[in-house]
Amino acid sequence: MKCSEFLQELTNYLDGVIDERTKAELEDHLAWCHNCYVVCDTTKKTIEIYRDSQLYELPDDLRNRLRSAIVSKCQARKKAGPEHV
Amino acid sequence: MSAIETKVSEPVTDELALVQAAKGGDLQAFEELVRRYDRNVFRIAQHITHNREDAEDVVQDAFLKAYENLHQFQGQSKFYTWLVRIAVNEALMKLRRLKPGRTVSLDEEVKTEEDSLPREVADWSPNPEQQYGQAELRDILTRTIQGLPMSFRTVFVLRDVEGLSTEETAEALDLSIPAVKSRLLRARLQLRERLNRYFQKRESGDGKP
Repeated sequence: MKCSEFLQELTNYLDGVIDERTKAELEDHLAWCHNCYVVCDTTKKTIEIYRDSQLYELPDDLRNRLRSAIVSKCQARKKAGPEHV
Repeated sequence: MSAIETKVSEPVTDELALVQAAKGGDLQAFEELVRRYDRNVFRIAQHITHNREDAEDVVQDAFLKAYENLHQFQGQSKFYTWLVRIAVNEALMKLRRLKPGRTVSLDEEVKTEEDSLPREVADWSPNPEQQYGQAELRDILTRTIQGLPMSFRTVFVLRDVEGLSTEETAEALDLSIPAVKSRLLRARLQLRERLNRYFQKRESGDGKP
């Protein structure tokens, strides 16, 4: 397996959606190709860091304010008549 | 190396019942749906608009639109996937209104694969994120992801941050499954490449660039 072929399968490999035979071929490649091992490992870390990063969390006060606004707008639509809902 | 673990999604067994109740005019049931997904919609909206006030508007517009169009939700997909589709469209429309001259689309640039090939291969420190304080790390991650093209960023956020499946992401963004996979691979590789300068292992010193 060439490095470019390994890269093509990287997403499927990291997502665990791959057949056993291809998985074995990829892991065989990883065992001797240090560059691909590093790319694979750091890509996995990239995903985990973003997934755990809690970027853009919604603060409670803003959350409550938004929810009240949404509910009262829906209420107004509902009152406006069934053809709008 | 093992596959990444995906986020465990919340139980959705009673969700159809909530949607049915909301369709029948039960506003409390709809409020429960808002409560379930407002954080997700807010995050997605901020990733697309880069602006907190715009994201607040998008959250309101998306839920209101969902409420108005509940009768069109047939239950073939999850309610959440349907809602995300509405939210992404609202966020893109917001951007188009704010920047009328610019193309804001998820179909942009499908270049060759070469743009994502790793140029720099460097190992990272064992826990790279711990080299930085919380605020500094957040700043690095925000700037890095904002540098990605919109179509890559959106796919990455839905798949890897929000934990939608490939099929759900394709449905929410109106893309084919191969298109989602190709964008996801390139998004992941480009982010990795861009984070190298912050996270790579140093020979000596305190580990910071």
